[in-house]
Amino acid sequence: MKVSGFWIGIVLMLAAGFVLAGVADNQFLFFAGYVILQGLIMAVAWNVLGGFTGYVNFGSAGFFAIGAYTAIALHQFAELPLLVLIVIAGIVCGLIGLGTGYLTLRLRGVYFAIATLAMAIVFESLITNWDYVGGSAGAYVITPAEVPFFDSFIEMMFILMLVLSLICVAVSRYLSMSRMGRGLASIRDDETAAECMGVPTLRLKLISTTVMGVMMGVAGAPFPFFVTYINPLSAFDLLIAVNAIAMPMIGGTAVWFGPVIGALLLGTIQQIVTVTISSELNILIVGAVLIAFVALAPRGIVGLFQDFARKRREGGK
Amino acid sequence: MRFFRQLVLAIAALAVVVAYSPQVSAQSGKPIKIGFSMALTGVLGAGGKSALIAMEIWRDDVNKKGGLLGRPVELVYYDDATTPAKVPAIYTKLLNVDKVDLVVSSYGTDVIAPAMPIVMRSGKVFLGLFGLDVNHKFKYDRYFQIMPAGPNPAQDWSRGFFDIAKEKGLKSVAIAGADAEFAQNAVKGARANAKQDGLNIVYDKSFPPSTADFTPILRAIQATNPDIIYFGSYPANSVGIVKAANELGLKAKLVGGGMVGLQFAAIMKNLGPGLNNLVNYDFWVPAKTLKFPGIDEFLKKYQAAAAGKGVDLLGHYLPPWAYAYMQVLGQSVEATKSLDDKKLAEYIHKTTFNTVVGPVKFGKNGEWATSRALMIQFRGVKANNLDQFKMEGTRVVLKPDTVKSGDIMFPYKQ
Amino acid sequence: MDASLFLNAIAAGILLGGFYAAVALGLSIVFGQLDIVNIAHPAFIVAGSYLVFALNGGFGLDPVIAGILLMPIFFAVGVLVYRVYYAAFERTGRESLAGLAFFFGLMFVIEVLFIIFYGVDYRLVEADYIGKQIEIGLVGIPWRMLVPFCAALVMTGAIYLFLSRTFLGRAILAVSQDRLALQLMGADPVKIKQIAFGIGIATAALAGALLIMIGPVEPTIGRLYIGRIFAIIVLGGMGSIPGTLVAALIIGLSESIVTTYIGPSWAPTVAFGFLLITLAVRPQGLFGRL
Repeated sequence: MKVSGFWIGIVLMLAAGFVLAGVADNQFLFFAGYVILQGLIMAVAWNVLGGFTGYVNFGSAGFFAIGAYTAIALHQFAELPLLVLIVIAGIVCGLIGLGTGYLTLRLRGVYFAIATLAMAIVFESLITNWDYVGGSAGAYVITPAEVPFFDSFIEMMFILMLVLSLICVAVSRYLSMSRMGRGLASIRDDETAAECMGVPTLRLKLISTTVMGVMMGVAGAPFPFFVTYINPLSAFDLLIAVNAIAMPMIGGTAVWFGPVIGALLLGTIQQIVTVTISSELNILIVGAVLIAFVALAPRGIVGLFQDFARKRREGGK
Repeated sequence: MRFFRQLVLAIAALAVVVAYSPQVSAQSGKPIKIGFSMALTGVLGAGGKSALIAMEIWRDDVNKKGGLLGRPVELVYYDDATTPAKVPAIYTKLLNVDKVDLVVSSYGTDVIAPAMPIVMRSGKVFLGLFGLDVNHKFKYDRYFQIMPAGPNPAQDWSRGFFDIAKEKGLKSVAIAGADAEFAQNAVKGARANAKQDGLNIVYDKSFPPSTADFTPILRAIQATNPDIIYFGSYPANSVGIVKAANELGLKAKLVGGGMVGLQFAAIMKNLGPGLNNLVNYDFWVPAKTLKFPGIDEFLKKYQAAAAGKGVDLLGHYLPPWAYAYMQVLGQSVEATKSLDDKKLAEYIHKTTFNTVVGPVKFGKNGEWATSRALMIQFRGVKANNLDQFKMEGTRVVLKPDTVKSGDIMFPYKQ
Repeated sequence: MDASLFLNAIAAGILLGGFYAAVALGLSIVFGQLDIVNIAHPAFIVAGSYLVFALNGGFGLDPVIAGILLMPIFFAVGVLVYRVYYAAFERTGRESLAGLAFFFGLMFVIEVLFIIFYGVDYRLVEADYIGKQIEIGLVGIPWRMLVPFCAALVMTGAIYLFLSRTFLGRAILAVSQDRLALQLMGADPVKIKQIAFGIGIATAALAGALLIMIGPVEPTIGRLYIGRIFAIIVLGGMGSIPGTLVAALIIGLSESIVTTYIGPSWAPTVAFGFLLITLAVRPQGLFGRL
């Protein structure tokens, strides 16, 4: 019952996207939507590791940027189609994610978080010193003015991002609902105990970090084509990492739809604030919302709602 | 799950409402809207804010005289936080939702480039504020850059510096640049100039913008014994370099080049005598050769407006140019009596504009037809005194020859 | 090999390392001893820089003295922040992830407050000794680096003595090791942690003074130090005060030597390479307990 509901939802969202692309002539929606969906994939990806297993990845921006720069490098090498770039970027970041997974053999808790942060910084230095992809001076990508089947390039990018994010959400949901999800949760609750119970913790963690890497790489690969000019500073932006953590925290980390809610909410607020308040308050709001949520609503919006529902049920009795 | 669905719907509805909400205008005549994103926060926030003050002064000046084409001028702008990813959405909103009549750029290459494809597709005239060589890939014939770097920006930028070296017969050069966009382009140009002049490059390395202490870098450079040291650096680096250079006493004969930050009031005031004899780029300084009509009145207004806003108090570096690129746009609208981008672009291409930064003539690629990047030398700077920089004499213009205001003190440290 | 160049690289590295120790010290206590991942620590340091800037500009106070004067205020702020943190997170036992996000948010809020009050311009301080250097044989030592180095050493030494010689200090060390035992001895772990957190934040005041003495400061400059600080703390063995100092010197030295002989742009890579190797080979750090 639930399963079919989910897939109907996915199909509906996709259809809505295509309808929007067909009727709306307000291109701003696609640009804003693209940024929100990019945040959504990052949040879902972060949550596959952070929310399900409890391993905190500080280096999300690193994965994102490697995805973006893999695309740039391949684009410089031979102008491959965007989809191919995304697939290869996903593979590259998946491999890095796999490597990160092996780190968890030795590093737990904060140590792991710091290692991921250090990884991101090392990657940034490498990219900064790699002239083929523009080095610190950055690289330009010229995007085509017209694309087949779509009214504009950004429409295509938006639909692409929509499809990618729906795939990521479906994968994340599968991971959390399947047997594997329970295994991942047992790692989060008590890794040693889980291991003693015969849960194949390493294999699960490796799957989880790899999936995270793939998703982040996939989110990053189209980015150069979205901004048309990319440099290490903007690709490794700390805000990308912050959003990837903040969105699931605000939505709720324990369930697959928590980061989706958080990303849609925070991402939309950020887009609206950019074009309305447009000042330092912009950043202040993100910080304040984050503090308020983690302090007052520890399990995010999902948790708030669950508490509310429980109270009402109990009140009814 | 019902909650989830409702939430998504609510957010979508909110987004649509905000995106479509019409801009309410209080003015009576239908205003001419000029749209732009500006780096009001983030890395370039200080500069972006001072640019905005200048643009608002221009708006008020124009509106006091009855506006453009008899219509009042209105600025529509959003903060891009110096974040490239925000720029495409902002320009799309400006063009699609706010329906602005004209657009100009944000401040800095990082945030100008992402706007290019969107502006190009709309066919708008696009005046840029301090982006280095943005157009060399896009080749957009309606793009114009107010920064006077010249037709071949990266190289023309430091040409004056190497001309001085040539005149003095210097032989070897050390080049050090920060690992970021502008500085790397600057040192690329410097390298090209050095090779062109047949100089011996004895040191050529980049450093991370986060470098805390420059002593080891300067020692390593000193060890190679160069005649010339060219730095491409950001404000924090420039301060660190000047301090370390004074402490250990550089022996090179010509030092400076592309150091950003040494044009800013707060930094000049703090470094004081440490600046003396450095030769660095600038775009406008108080010198009799650069007293263009309107500049003094503009600076007076700017300095009054800037007080207490946490932005540059002198306003010599960026604000006149932010005022000038609006002047170019305004004068074109007045002259062509139209907001048609084709006509505007044609007019801008063929006209020499009179602005607060002097006569402006654009070349084919939208850069200045001839470079007017200044090489200035700090002279007789005293400690802890801001007003000295308002007078002529503390910054002497050495290059280009057309606006030269004095001769070089040579070598760097006697 | 040029002897003068080599000796100067060593000297610059040691001086830089001392400064790094001051920057990392506070977080070393908070993170290493109390297990609180205060990622906003660099933001507190920048806050210290700005207040020192205000005192220096307004009253002409020496930056180091201004930093010391600010320490009690920062201590109080630290106590307050810990109170909030305790009430919202630690008491409910969900400190790790939520606490992290809390400090992330706090970092943004602090940065933005300084942007609103001071703008995004660069700020610097003035003192008579800034800009001069002393020559010892082949080696030149700038006062701008020497004063922060000495101040950092004194502060590190004082905190080391405090932690190892006083009752309160030992109680702080005990809190990280065995909370229950401490409770049985009649000490209130929350009060002790609150004091320790306050001390950690208080060091940020002086570290901020040293930061603005070395170079110009803008509101978000603290971010550049987050990675380095964690590298130093982990390398030093999480909360060991001598370990923090040694690790800071190692990072400073390696940055200086790489800068001199390989190229400045590889300096950060080396610091974090160190960190990754440490984590992979000896996660407890150089001086670590495990």
